[in-house]
Amino acid sequence: MSILAAKGLKKYYRSQGGYFLRGRQFVRAVDGVDIELKKGMTLGLVGESGCGKSTLARLLLRLEEPTAGTLEIDGTDFLALRGGELRRARRKIQMIFQDPYSSLNPRLTAGSTIAEGIKIHKLARGAGVERRVVELLDKVGLPRAAYSRYPHEFSGGQRQRIGIARALAVEPDIIVADEPVSALDVSVQAQVINLLADLQSDLGLTYLFVAHDLGIVEHVSDRISVMYLGRIVESGPAVELFSLPLHPYTEGLLASIPSAKPGDRVRVAISGDVPSPVDIPAGCAFHTRCPKAFDHCSTETPQLREVSPGRYTACWLHVD
Amino acid sequence: MPEELLKIEDLRTVFRTEAGTARAVDGVGFTVGRGETVGLVGESGCGKSVTALSIMRLVTDPPGRIEGGSILFEGRDLLGLSEKEMRKVRGNEISIIFQEPLSSLNPVFTCGEQIREAVALHQKLGRRASKKKAIEMLRLVRIPDPEKRYGSYPHQMSGGMRQRVMIAMALSCQPKLLIADEPSTALDVSVQAQIIELLAELSAGRDMAVLLITHDLAVVAQIANRVVVMYAGAVVEESPVVELFDSPAHPYTKGLIDSLPRLGQRLERLPMIPGNVPDPFDLPEGCRFSDRCRARFEKCATEPPLFDLSGGRLARCWLCEGGGG
Ligand SMILES: Nc1ncnc2c1ncn2[C@@H]1O[C@H](COP(=O)(O)OP(=O)(O)OP(=O)(O)O)[C@@H](O)[C@H]1O
Ligand SMILES: Nc1ncnc2c1ncn2[C@@H]1O[C@H](COP(=O)(O)OP(=O)(O)OP(=O)(O)O)[C@@H](O)[C@H]1O
Ligand SMILES: [Mg+2]
Ligand SMILES: [Mg+2]
Repeated sequence: MSILAAKGLKKYYRSQGGYFLRGRQFVRAVDGVDIELKKGMTLGLVGESGCGKSTLARLLLRLEEPTAGTLEIDGTDFLALRGGELRRARRKIQMIFQDPYSSLNPRLTAGSTIAEGIKIHKLARGAGVERRVVELLDKVGLPRAAYSRYPHEFSGGQRQRIGIARALAVEPDIIVADEPVSALDVSVQAQVINLLADLQSDLGLTYLFVAHDLGIVEHVSDRISVMYLGRIVESGPAVELFSLPLHPYTEGLLASIPSAKPGDRVRVAISGDVPSPVDIPAGCAFHTRCPKAFDHCSTETPQLREVSPGRYTACWLHVD
Repeated sequence: MPEELLKIEDLRTVFRTEAGTARAVDGVGFTVGRGETVGLVGESGCGKSVTALSIMRLVTDPPGRIEGGSILFEGRDLLGLSEKEMRKVRGNEISIIFQEPLSSLNPVFTCGEQIREAVALHQKLGRRASKKKAIEMLRLVRIPDPEKRYGSYPHQMSGGMRQRVMIAMALSCQPKLLIADEPSTALDVSVQAQIIELLAELSAGRDMAVLLITHDLAVVAQIANRVVVMYAGAVVEESPVVELFDSPAHPYTKGLIDSLPRLGQRLERLPMIPGNVPDPFDLPEGCRFSDRCRARFEKCATEPPLFDLSGGRLARCWLCEGGGG
């Protein structure tokens, strides 16, 4: 069952470009994205730096207004909500941020940080707030003593747990995790990933898991969407997408993952840099770096279409 | 085993602050052979960067201080050199690249100018010749269109390109040892692969040794000949790369390798090391890993020495006493 469905989402920013660039210059950060989250499942979202993952995440929480598109959460038109309605609906979808160092207020203790949302949404009162915070600390594996400590007194992994407890505090249905473990060491990554998995099975949470580490995404996701320059270029069940990628970009990303096996050579599978989102190549945006590009790719943009059950790709190679 | 280029023995670097003394590097020793690539790995805060800064003698004093040990580079103890002598070593024999390329480049000069200046300084070349050389360096690190890119400012380049500019600068003096501190951590997998391959090629082509610092074991598996594993300020294992991944000797190394998510192997839960790294202000008695170790036994209350397991393998664990593994 779908709990969140976005269609044709776009976010264009006016480019701050230099003197000569004034006029109609836009950063097309998110450029027509369809995305669907199924209840209790995890959708992984991957793509290179700057492709629009965080922007898309912010749009889903309505931390920013989209330039175009529709967004339904739990059957209601999320973009039409205003004032108190919006505030109440927002409780359902929470975010965990990439950087556990800058996403916590240094002047608030872990306890106050977690209590904030509980108070705002009046989910508990008086001594009940403290009880609930202690319960949450326990749930994310932090000691009770953490209650009155400040962010700088915690390690990166512990801070990320505070961020998770803060998100859980308002009892959301959906959690958007924007690179929740990228800043952490492998051993701590595993701790946080396992915690998220436990919480999902205990509470029936739905996740959108944003990351550029494909190994982790494969591990946590039921489905994966691959983003390139503001668009989804491939989407499918995690296992199938990894074993048989359809889009050459997905193929390249997979081949670039260093394997932890000594002797395996690094493969530079995608050469060059991502083009600027102010100046997205015509046709398929990936054609400038694609080893399989042919004439048609530079003239017409391929649309995302279902090429086999549950598998979608936007690539001319898969259009007969 | 190649001829020794760098030999660190019992290095101790501390930071004295109001909160007490942090023993950031606490008796570290290892070697790097000529032309060899050595990976230095370990969790955040274990002292990798401080080790690198100590080798370069760039630890800010105060609060930092190198309290003991020796750092032999081609037989000379760097800790005994004057600042003036050290500056020569830094420019000409050992280079370092830092993790965050944007903060290590000057925003008001073009990338080309910054490389040109480094070249002019180290190779004593005039303006024209050094500019030509700088463009050559940009080409060497695979920056497309180097003549045009010479005039780009750091903010006009992507993260991957900036990191390549940093590498070009570090190579401008043709060092015998390149210290690369997390050169690819902040980058995408695609760019990371480009940088790793570049480092591997450059080191082979120039017979340059590389000390590669990272917490990403997969990166190390790709290009290192040997690996040094640090935990809480000390070396806990040292090994040729293949053996380290095949049969890690120290329980900590084993934990690290196990917690890597493996492609094509979806598990219910990732194996993990429970607990946290000890605080460098308050290091525990005995084996520093013992409070997180599943294999702990009575002996672990005493700090184990580095046991020699033969085949170039060392491990600081009582389970390895007598050469067992
Ligand atoms: N407020 C803004 N104004 C102008 N441009 C913006 C703004 N926010 C983001 N962008 C641009 O939109 C594009 C997408 O950015 P976004 O942060 O969504 O990428 P990302 O995929 O999350 O990258 P990363 O992996 O580096 O976090 C980038 O080119 C970025 O520079
Ligand atoms: N200027 C300083 N003042 C006080 N303590 C310091 C200072 N610099 C480093 N330390 C301490 O020394 C220890 C080792 O730090 P170091 O930067 O070497 O870690 P690292 O292994 O490089 O970690 P990372 O993977 O996060 O880069 C840390 O616990 C750190 O807090
Ligand atoms: Mg982002
Ligand atoms: Mg470091």
